[in-house]
Amino acid sequence: MTSVRVIQEDSDQGDVPARRITVTVNGRRSVVECEPRLLLSHLLRQGLRLTGTHLGCDTTNCGACTVLVDDRPVKSCTMLAVQADGRAVTTVEGLATPSGLHPLQEGFKEEHGLQCGFCTSGMLMAAKALLAENPDPTEDEVRWALSGNLCRCTGYQNIVKSVLWAAARLRDEPEA
Amino acid sequence: MYPTRFRYEAPRSLDEAIGTLHDGGEDAKVLAGGQSLVPLLKLRFASPTLLVDLNTVPGLDRHDVDESGNLHVGALCRHGDLERSALLKSTQPVMAAAARLVADPLVRSRGTLVGSLCHADPQGDWASVVLALGGSVVAAGPGGRRTIPVRDFVHGPFQNALAHDEIAVEAVIPAPRGTPGGGYLKLERRVGDFATVGVAVAIERDGDTVTRAGIALTGVGAATIEAADAAQALVGGPLTGDVIDHAAGLAAQAARPQGDHRGSADFKRHMVRVFVRRILERAGERAA
Repeated sequence: MTSVRVIQEDSDQGDVPARRITVTVNGRRSVVECEPRLLLSHLLRQGLRLTGTHLGCDTTNCGACTVLVDDRPVKSCTMLAVQADGRAVTTVEGLATPSGLHPLQEGFKEEHGLQCGFCTSGMLMAAKALLAENPDPTEDEVRWALSGNLCRCTGYQNIVKSVLWAAARLRDEPEA
Repeated sequence: MYPTRFRYEAPRSLDEAIGTLHDGGEDAKVLAGGQSLVPLLKLRFASPTLLVDLNTVPGLDRHDVDESGNLHVGALCRHGDLERSALLKSTQPVMAAAARLVADPLVRSRGTLVGSLCHADPQGDWASVVLALGGSVVAAGPGGRRTIPVRDFVHGPFQNALAHDEIAVEAVIPAPRGTPGGGYLKLERRVGDFATVGVAVAIERDGDTVTRAGIALTGVGAATIEAADAAQALVGGPLTGDVIDHAAGLAAQAARPQGDHRGSADFKRHMVRVFVRRILERAGERAA
């Protein structure tokens, strides 16, 4: 278990007390003291140094900051860190294991599902939520599930192929 | 982007939430799904001194049908819960059609129907749908509970009928008395964008005869618009081509669109007519 204190640097906190929360990120429990206004995305990136979660638009449009909270895909820039108290968060760092990449990551590699890579972690997490719910999605269902995630490079074709590749692999070899 | 500083409370019961909100005064706000409020905080369009988070209050996440057939949607029932709901598919087809068109899948994981009604964005989808279905909002405050028809709940753009210490605890959609039908259609430039035009049509039928109708419009006025004359034109007979054309024309007349980067006023008005006709023609085919 790690203990992290995240208080904004500018900060005279006024009369707003920091709150202590416990959050499990990628299976690891952390105790965090933070201001209520801290966003989940900032807790992950600055507090826990998990910089795989990207901040794109910061206005709830692009989905680059997608993580799973209790297995549901959410935009971490649009949730307060204090709201993750007692919850399980999975970020892109939670996908691979010491023995290798997650099949979704393999899929993005095999099918060239990224160019600049900025949107990729969000795409991966939204796709993970889809495959957990629907292991054998149609192309249309993949497109629908990723419709909250913007990519400016690929035109999406290869991202969709990557997810279908991973779905087939996971049906053959389910995750342990 | 950071919001301005605020105090945050995570009450464990509805009574505690109401008490905290009451004590917080005019600058306290309720947080549920947060998919409108958190962006507003970050852009500093809103700077409340206290947020009262409903997410820790048990029992608000349900949606169910009571013994009279009325649908209750709790304040923490997410769009995604409704999108996946077998109950909704079998009891409220218009809501089932709308649920998958709200925002995008990520926002649907967090955002709530009741929150959407409270936010009262003229481009929000649920206000039109619930208005067309004749639904209400139940508000709980220090003095007890009251039920407010959505028609009276949405006061104007981003304005609702709640007192500062009242919490919208659920939406209630009345039981259909006939066979329910209709739909929700939305034009958007891309998924997750606000509606350029949205149209909700809810009808109930006894055989071929329409016994009740509601039509409401998203994004074509300063607030959600109820097209009451258009709805009334449907009641009392079957959905013939003439009746559909007439109602579609009346709905287009009720629209008050403004031209903007999403389209001209004429285009939006035209799309209202197209969507009303499309929903009703499909409903007519289903009955035949």
